[in-house]
Amino acid sequence: MTITIADLFLILPVLVLTGTAVLSMSAVAVGRNYAVTAVITVAGLLLAALSAVTLSGTNQQVTPLLIVDPYSLFFTAVICLSAMFIGVLSYPYLEGLDDDREEYFLLLGVATVGAVVLVSSNHFVSALLGLETLSMSLYGMVAYTVHSQKADKYPLEASVKYLVLSAAASGFLLFGMALIYGQTGTLAFASLTELSESSLGNGFSVIGLLLITAGLAFKLSLAPFHMWTPDVYEGAPLPATTYLATIGKAAVFVVLLRFVEMTEALALTGILAVLSFLAILSILAGNLLALLQQNVKRLLAYSSIAHMGYLLIAVVASYYVEGRVGIEAISFYLVAYIIMSLGAFGVTSMVSRSDCERDTIEDYRGLFWRQPLLAAVFTAMMLSLAGIPLTVGFIGKFYLFFAGVEAALWLLLTALIVGSGIGLYYYLRIIYRMLEPAASSDQLTMSPQLSSGSYGVVLCLSLLLLGLGIYPAPVVDLIEAISAYV
Amino acid sequence: MILVTLILVLFVGGLACWLSERFNPNLPRVIALLTVLLDFALMFSLLGAEGTSTWVAVFEAPWISRFGISFYLAADGLSVLLLMLTAFLGVVAIGAAWDEVQERSGFFYFNLLWTLAGVLGVFTALDLFLFFFFWEVMLIPMYLIIAIWGHENRSYAAMKFFIFTQVTGMMMLVSILVLAYFHYLQLGSLSFNYHDLLNVSLTGEMGMWVMLGFFISFSTKLPSMPFHSWLPDAHSQAPTAGSVILAGVLLKTGAYGLIRFAVPLFPEASMAFAPVAMTLAAVSILYCAKVAFAQDDIKRLIAYTSVSHMGFVTLGIYAWNEQALQGAVMTMLAHGLSAAALFMLAGGLQHRIHTRNMPDMGGFWPKVPKMTAVAIFFSVAALGMPGLGNFIGEFLALIGAFQANVTLTVVAAFGLILASVYSLWVLQKVFQGEYNNKGFDESHLTDLSRREMLYFAAMMIGLVWMGLYPQTFLSMSEPVLAQLLSESAQTLVTLEGGL
Repeated sequence: MTITIADLFLILPVLVLTGTAVLSMSAVAVGRNYAVTAVITVAGLLLAALSAVTLSGTNQQVTPLLIVDPYSLFFTAVICLSAMFIGVLSYPYLEGLDDDREEYFLLLGVATVGAVVLVSSNHFVSALLGLETLSMSLYGMVAYTVHSQKADKYPLEASVKYLVLSAAASGFLLFGMALIYGQTGTLAFASLTELSESSLGNGFSVIGLLLITAGLAFKLSLAPFHMWTPDVYEGAPLPATTYLATIGKAAVFVVLLRFVEMTEALALTGILAVLSFLAILSILAGNLLALLQQNVKRLLAYSSIAHMGYLLIAVVASYYVEGRVGIEAISFYLVAYIIMSLGAFGVTSMVSRSDCERDTIEDYRGLFWRQPLLAAVFTAMMLSLAGIPLTVGFIGKFYLFFAGVEAALWLLLTALIVGSGIGLYYYLRIIYRMLEPAASSDQLTMSPQLSSGSYGVVLCLSLLLLGLGIYPAPVVDLIEAISAYV
Repeated sequence: MILVTLILVLFVGGLACWLSERFNPNLPRVIALLTVLLDFALMFSLLGAEGTSTWVAVFEAPWISRFGISFYLAADGLSVLLLMLTAFLGVVAIGAAWDEVQERSGFFYFNLLWTLAGVLGVFTALDLFLFFFFWEVMLIPMYLIIAIWGHENRSYAAMKFFIFTQVTGMMMLVSILVLAYFHYLQLGSLSFNYHDLLNVSLTGEMGMWVMLGFFISFSTKLPSMPFHSWLPDAHSQAPTAGSVILAGVLLKTGAYGLIRFAVPLFPEASMAFAPVAMTLAAVSILYCAKVAFAQDDIKRLIAYTSVSHMGFVTLGIYAWNEQALQGAVMTMLAHGLSAAALFMLAGGLQHRIHTRNMPDMGGFWPKVPKMTAVAIFFSVAALGMPGLGNFIGEFLALIGAFQANVTLTVVAAFGLILASVYSLWVLQKVFQGEYNNKGFDESHLTDLSRREMLYFAAMMIGLVWMGLYPQTFLSMSEPVLAQLLSESAQTLVTLEGGL
C-alpha cells in the first residue's frame, strides 16, 4: 500500500507535532534558549489542535495503522490543547531549574505524538507504538529533575519504578496481543466473537484479552495494578505528574474503548466480570486509601484510581445498553476528568517550583485568604472531582449514573455512590484546610511570582468547568455525534 | 420569567456582596438586605393568580435536549407560600447576622444569598434534573457558612451535613434516572419533566425501591428518624443566620419534596409504605422530644425539637388526605417562623455570654425582660398553644392522620405533651430561678436591641396571623393539595382497574 499526499494531509496533526519536536530539537542545537523552545512547542501544539479541527468530518483509514475519524480527531484536539496547557504551566515551574531546561519541551512534544497516535489507532502495532512513544517520553519527563542539586522530589525513584512496571505491563500487553493474533490472524482490531471454538478454542482469546486488560490496567492504574501510581505521582516533578495523570490516562482509555468495541470483547465469558471486579476494587481502594493521605499529589493519585474505576462502569454498561450511551458517558467523563485534573494540578504547580513543591495539604492552609482566586479555582476543581452540580464533574457523573441505570448495574451503582460518598470527605478536607485562617506567615509567602500565562490557563479551565457544568448541551451534542464512529 | 428573575437577583446580589466588601466592610450586609427585600417585593406579583390549581409564571427553555432535560420553572399556591417564607426568613437571617458576622462579611452574604437562590430553585423547579441541580447547589454555600463562620466543632459538623445530604442525594439521582428511563421504555422518549413523569407507572418492587430513593433523600433533609443525626451537629455549630436558614427553610425543602414528588410520582408504593413512614414519624416525634429534654446545649435542644416537630409533617403527608396535608403545610410555615425565632434567641444569648451551656445560665428574667417575653412567646408557640400557627398545623395534621391510622396518631399526640415539658423546662432553666453567672462574662448580657425587636415582632405577627386567621394560607395551598390528591386517587383507581 502506498501513501499518497492526500493521506499525509489526513495525519496532519501527527506531522505537525513531529515537526514541532524536530524544530525544537534543532533550536536547541543552534543555541539554548528556554523561552524560544517553549514558544515553539506551545505554538506547535496549538497548531496541531487547530489542524485536527480543520479535518473535522473526515472518516478514513490512513494505512492499516491509523484511523482518522471524528472520534479520534476530537480526542486529538483535546490532547493537543491539554498538552499546550501543560506546556504553559511547566514554563514557570522549570524556569529556576539548575540544569538544562529546554529538552523538557522536546519530551512534551514527543509524548503528545504518542498520545495522538494512540487515540487514532485501531491496530495493535500502532497502539503499541503510540503507547511506547508516550511512555518513553514520560520516563524522561518523570526523571527530568534528576541531575538538579535542589530538586525537591525523588525523580529517580519515581522514574525507575515507572520504567520497570511499565515495561512489565507492556510485556503483558504484547503477550496478549500475540495470543489474539494467533486466533484472528490479523493485527488489526477485529471481532473475536465469531471465532469458532473448534480450532484452538476461544479460551486463548479470553486469556489474551485478560493479559491485555492487565497491561492496560497497569497504565490506567486500576486496582490491583495501581501500586506504582502514588509513588510516581509524588516523586515526579509536577508538570510530569500532570501529564501522566491527564493525557497519559485519557489516551490509553480511548484505545481501550476502541479495542473493546471493535473486538466485541465484552461478549466473551468472564470479561465483564473481570472488568466489574476491577471497577469495584479501584473505586473502593482508591477512595479509601485517599482518605489516609497528607500529600496532595498522592491524594490525587488515589482519587485518579477511583475515577478510572468509575469510568469502567460505563465500559461495562456499554455492553448492556442499546445505543451508545456508554461510549458517550466515557467520552464526556474523560473530557471532564482532563479539565478538572489539569485544573487541580495546575493550581498545585502554580504555587510550586522545581526546588520547592507545595504538596502537603497543610501547605494550603489559609490559601483562600491569601490567594482568593487560586483557592476558588482549586475549590471548584475539588467540587468537580467530587461531582457537585454547577461543575462539569457533575454532568460527567450524571452520564455514568445514566449509563449504569440503563444497563441496570445496581451493584456497580452502589459502589459508585459509596465511593463518591467517601470521596467527598477527602476533597472537602482540602477545601476546609484552604478556608482555615492561615497559621503562620511562612507558608506560601515566598510564593513565586505567578505567571500570567498560568493564570490564563487555570482561569480558562475554570470557565470550561463552570460553562460545561451549567450549559453542557453543545459538548453533549458533539459527543453524541462522534460516538457513533467508535 | 419572574421566577428566573427571582433566582437571578439573588445570584447577582450575592456576587455584588462579595465584590463590594473591598470598598467598605459594611456594604455587603446592606446590599444583601436590599437584594432579599427586592426579591420579596417581586414575589408579591405572584399573588392573586395562585388561588387556582394552575401553574403561574411558567418558564420553560430547552437545556440538554439529548436527555430531554429542560429548564422548567413554575409555581403554584404551595410554591408561592414557601417562596415567601424563604424570602421572609432570608431577611430575618440577614438581621441575625448583621452584627454577628464581622469577618469576611462579603463572602458570608454571598453564601447566604446563594443558598436562598438554591432554595427558590428547589421550590419552583418542575424538571427533575433541574430540581436535583438546585437541591445540590444549595448545599455548598451552606457547607461554607458552617465551615467558616461556625463554632468550635465546625469542621466535623459541616462535613457531616454535607456527606449525609450528598450521599442520599445521589440515591435520589439514581431514582430520578430510573424514572426517566422508564418513561423512555413506556412512552418512547427520555424526559425529566414532572408532568411527563407522572404518567410513568412504576409498580411492584421496582416502584418501591425507586420511591425509597426519593424518600431517603427527602427524609434526610427533613430530617426524620433514622437519618436525623446530622442536624443537631449542624445546628449547634452553625452561626445564627445559618441556623435560621437551615431550620426555617432548608428542612422545608425535604417536606416539599415529599408532597410534590415522592408521593404523587409513586402513589401505589407510597400508600404501601405509609404505615412505615408514619411509624418513623411517630418515633421521631417522641424520641427526639425525649432526647431534646436531655440536652445541655441550648442549640442542640432546639435542633432536636425541630426534628420532633417535623415528625408531624411526615405524619400529615403520609396520611395523604386534605386535612392532614393542610396541617403539614401549616406546620412547615409555622415551624419555619418559630424555630427561626428560637434559634435567633439562642444565637443572641450565645453572642452575649459566649456559651450555649444551659447549666451555666439561670435567672435571666430581671436582666433581660424583653428577651424573656419573646422567649416565652415563641416557646409557647412551639409547644402548640391555640391561637398561634403551630397549633393549627399540628392539630390539622393529627385530625387528618387520625382518619388514616388511629393507633399511630394517638401515640404521636403525646408529642404535644412532651413539647410542653421541654419548652417550659428551657424557660425555667434559663430565665427563671436564681440568677446564675457561672463561667461567663455578664457585662454583655444586654436586652434585645430595637432592631432585634423588629425582627421578632414581624415573626410574632406572622404566627398570630397563622393562628387566628389561617384561611389566608390554607386557601392558597388548598387547590394544589386537592389536585394532588385527586390525581393520585385517579392513578390508584387505574392501577386497580388494570389488575
